[in-house]
Amino acid sequence: MEMQNAFMAFPWAVVLILLPLAGALSCFLFPRICRTLGLITSFATVIAVVGLGWQLLEHGSYRHAIGGWGAPLGIELYADGLSLLMLATTGLVGFAISVYSTTYFKAAVAIKFWPIWMCLLAALNALFLSADIFNLYVTLELLGLSAVALTALTGSKEALNGAMRYLLATLLASLTYLLGVALLYHSFGSVDITLLAKQIQATSAVWAALGLIAVSLMLKTALFPLHFWLPPAHGSAPAPVSALLSALVIKASFYIFLRLWFTLFDPLIDNEAINTLLGLLGCAAILWGSIQALRQTRLKLLIAYSTVAQVGYLFLVFPLSASMGSVAWNGVAYLIISHALAKSAMFLSAGNLLFFGGHDRIADLDRVVQRLPLTAAAFALAGVSIMGIPPSGGFIGKWLLLEAAMSQSRWDLIVVMIIGGVLAAAYIFKVIGYTFSPAEVAHEAQPVSATMQWSALLLAIAAILLGFLYVPILTLLGISDIIIASGARL
Amino acid sequence: MNWNDWIPLLVLMSSLLPGLLIFSLAEENVQTRVMLNLFGALAKLALVGLMLWGVYHGHHYETRLPLLPNLDLVLRVGPLSLLFITLSTILWLVTTVYAIGYLEDSPHRSRFFGFFSLCVTATVGVALAGNLISFLLFYELLTLATYPLIIHRGTEEARQAGKIYLRYTISGGALLLIGTVWLYSLTGSLEFTPKGFLFNIGEQHYPALIGIFALLITGLGVKAALVPLHGWLPLAMIAPAPVSALLHAVAVVKAGAFGIIRVVYDVFGVEFSAGLGVLKPLAWLAAFTIIYGSLRALFQNDLKRRLAYSTISQVSYIALGVAIAGPIATIGGVVHLVHQGLMKITLFFCAGNLAETLGIHKISEMNGVGRRMPWTMAAFTIGAFGMIGAPPIAGFISKWYLGLGALNNDQNWVIFVLAGSSLLNAAYFLPILHRAWFMPLPESWPDEHHFGNKETAWALLLPPLVTAAMALAAGLLVTLPFSPLEWAKLISVREFYQP
Repeated sequence: MEMQNAFMAFPWAVVLILLPLAGALSCFLFPRICRTLGLITSFATVIAVVGLGWQLLEHGSYRHAIGGWGAPLGIELYADGLSLLMLATTGLVGFAISVYSTTYFKAAVAIKFWPIWMCLLAALNALFLSADIFNLYVTLELLGLSAVALTALTGSKEALNGAMRYLLATLLASLTYLLGVALLYHSFGSVDITLLAKQIQATSAVWAALGLIAVSLMLKTALFPLHFWLPPAHGSAPAPVSALLSALVIKASFYIFLRLWFTLFDPLIDNEAINTLLGLLGCAAILWGSIQALRQTRLKLLIAYSTVAQVGYLFLVFPLSASMGSVAWNGVAYLIISHALAKSAMFLSAGNLLFFGGHDRIADLDRVVQRLPLTAAAFALAGVSIMGIPPSGGFIGKWLLLEAAMSQSRWDLIVVMIIGGVLAAAYIFKVIGYTFSPAEVAHEAQPVSATMQWSALLLAIAAILLGFLYVPILTLLGISDIIIASGARL
Repeated sequence: MNWNDWIPLLVLMSSLLPGLLIFSLAEENVQTRVMLNLFGALAKLALVGLMLWGVYHGHHYETRLPLLPNLDLVLRVGPLSLLFITLSTILWLVTTVYAIGYLEDSPHRSRFFGFFSLCVTATVGVALAGNLISFLLFYELLTLATYPLIIHRGTEEARQAGKIYLRYTISGGALLLIGTVWLYSLTGSLEFTPKGFLFNIGEQHYPALIGIFALLITGLGVKAALVPLHGWLPLAMIAPAPVSALLHAVAVVKAGAFGIIRVVYDVFGVEFSAGLGVLKPLAWLAAFTIIYGSLRALFQNDLKRRLAYSTISQVSYIALGVAIAGPIATIGGVVHLVHQGLMKITLFFCAGNLAETLGIHKISEMNGVGRRMPWTMAAFTIGAFGMIGAPPIAGFISKWYLGLGALNNDQNWVIFVLAGSSLLNAAYFLPILHRAWFMPLPESWPDEHHFGNKETAWALLLPPLVTAAMALAAGLLVTLPFSPLEWAKLISVREFYQP
């Protein structure tokens, strides 16, 4: 009983931030055992998420003033169902990628990878726990810089090129965001989201701040047409890094977008025009990203463009939140998680294929379905979720969005979502089709470790199983103030 | 009665688990693979036997798992689902035996049998689905499980065929999805209910309902190969013969036809659909498909392609029986689900035997083959006569009920369709039989294999003989309590036209 009380009272949220920071430091100090240290940290993070989840289930949403100093003076941490789901996704996907990375990276690269990855993990966790917009800026900046560093990890010309573009985009976005924060702070003298939300008014400064913050986060999330930096960066980074970027990093900026939109800017955005614009960009992203994915001849670029398309689905929540808000909201939360699982599985299997054949040309995949069956299965199962075919998490997410769209007779969105699904099937089965047939020129193949194969496959299986976990996910998501706010608008 | 809640799930698992295990088996582990396959098939058969007895005595089997808010994954066993499950289970067993013989020593057998089991799982799931969303789930799973079988050989031609198959089925699935969501947002329910669940809907929604009906039937029509959605089927012949046999007799085309039965009877309700005026167009489309498929079959020289067009034609009998409406035509349509399956699988087994034993693929090469392979061709003959509708083979029973039902409902034009189709069936099957039995033997066969003093391997010969015997029995022993016809009558009374 005492154990349980201690467990309940433990500041798991603080642990979630400090643990990976300590991990980063120790990986840096002891490069010889950085793999083991990183893996342990990653696993411990998962446990800390479980602890936090337990607290949330018992007591509802959670606030923690660091050092006893609350807002507006000190830093506060905040966690509700949405943050918990993001943290859980980060923990699980991060752990799988950590396991994968233990064998993927050779020692020379590993000593650079692990400390930066731990920094990135700390930034992600801190971001999902932040209660104020300035803290969000700090974590966003740390996240962006570690992501760029990871992209440039191999130092190849292609990777440096991609990383450079990424760096410019992310710095520009951070500055824009900071400008928006400054405007809000100047107007209201606070950066705490709840405090700000109480006093926000539609002044021109606030509108400017909203515009700056929105553009910045759209750039970071790579919403069409601000996606230009994503394919070269995600396509050229090492596979586990691409998986981190596509699965988690862009979701972090979208998470901030979602948070600010439905709490802070909620009174302002009953404005149809902005939501319509976001919906339009989302639709354009779905169509453009899918068509570009279909045109690619290299696997990693195909997957990267698929991310551009899938990001489009997330932005459909804005035009759909007007009525049936909670359905659209649940749908988008579902899509975030299932895309994280499926896309990381996909990038990891692409990494396996690259490792195996030394290339990622789709047309030369050369019977991998027979020679690398676990990886082929991982790609196919992840593909099922990306296409939104049942049973999978992707299907549940799309079904909910379709349901919300149908209740508002938004046939335009329905048609785009369905076309997006069909195009996704086209580009995914294009890859699968080639895995059955022999290539014209046979390649020397390198054996791929079971660890790498299984971590990809388990992520993909998780994306499928998510299709049966609606009840628990919904329960967790229900620990939230936002749903109530959005539900009240019904 | 808690046990009954899990039986439907067990039925699914009896093919899913062996399938998943088979994937992990090494290629040369033939014995374990055969054991797993047969164990799964026999376990399923035992469960089916139990359920047949139970359902006959009015027991209720249902599994429910939460899937979405207010929408469960429902697996329910009723007379109609049991008809389809029984067919799939028996034919799975037979086809597995056939495939073991057919694929002897060919590569990638673990993969093949793994997907084969998944395919059966999806088919049984389609049969068990108790609401439209569960149906959709298994319907899509079927697409995913059959694709690897179609491109199994890994040639460029197979890859192209697979691509076209997906183009049709994925688009069909997408339309089905739109229709399902639309229906759900309109009614808030997707549960299959005897006589449908739409009778309370206000008249202002009728145009939307017609739209939904069109979307659902188009989505299902792709797999049921209704013209003009049939283009994938002749191309899918690239797959190995056991796959074609299963695809044509049970799995894919029947899933589509079965879905049409579900939509008309358990979603819209047959009277409601008739009132909506959507059944007439469906009947015309089915009739057109019947004639068109037969006409195209006439001009195919490739045996498997001729059989493929014959399938397009024959499966539409089911849709026709449904669309004519009325208890008698329905019995004809529903029972044809089984009859066509038995006859068509026989024909495909025989075609596979000719290809494997003698290298015969074209009809022009079949001269005198009846003397070289008398048993195979005897089975083929039974299947062919059944297709033509000659008594006492099963096909005659279906046509008799279809015709009678049409006359009862004052739709005399259907008789001409049935007669025309029988004539055309005769026109494309009798020449084959004539060649096989009465033309002189050629000097040599294209690619002959010898199997001692037998005409072909046991595993290849036994399955068509068994299915041919069943087709004959289904026509001869119609009055026995568990014959397909009696069961179809039971379905009609209990599910569709209950007092």
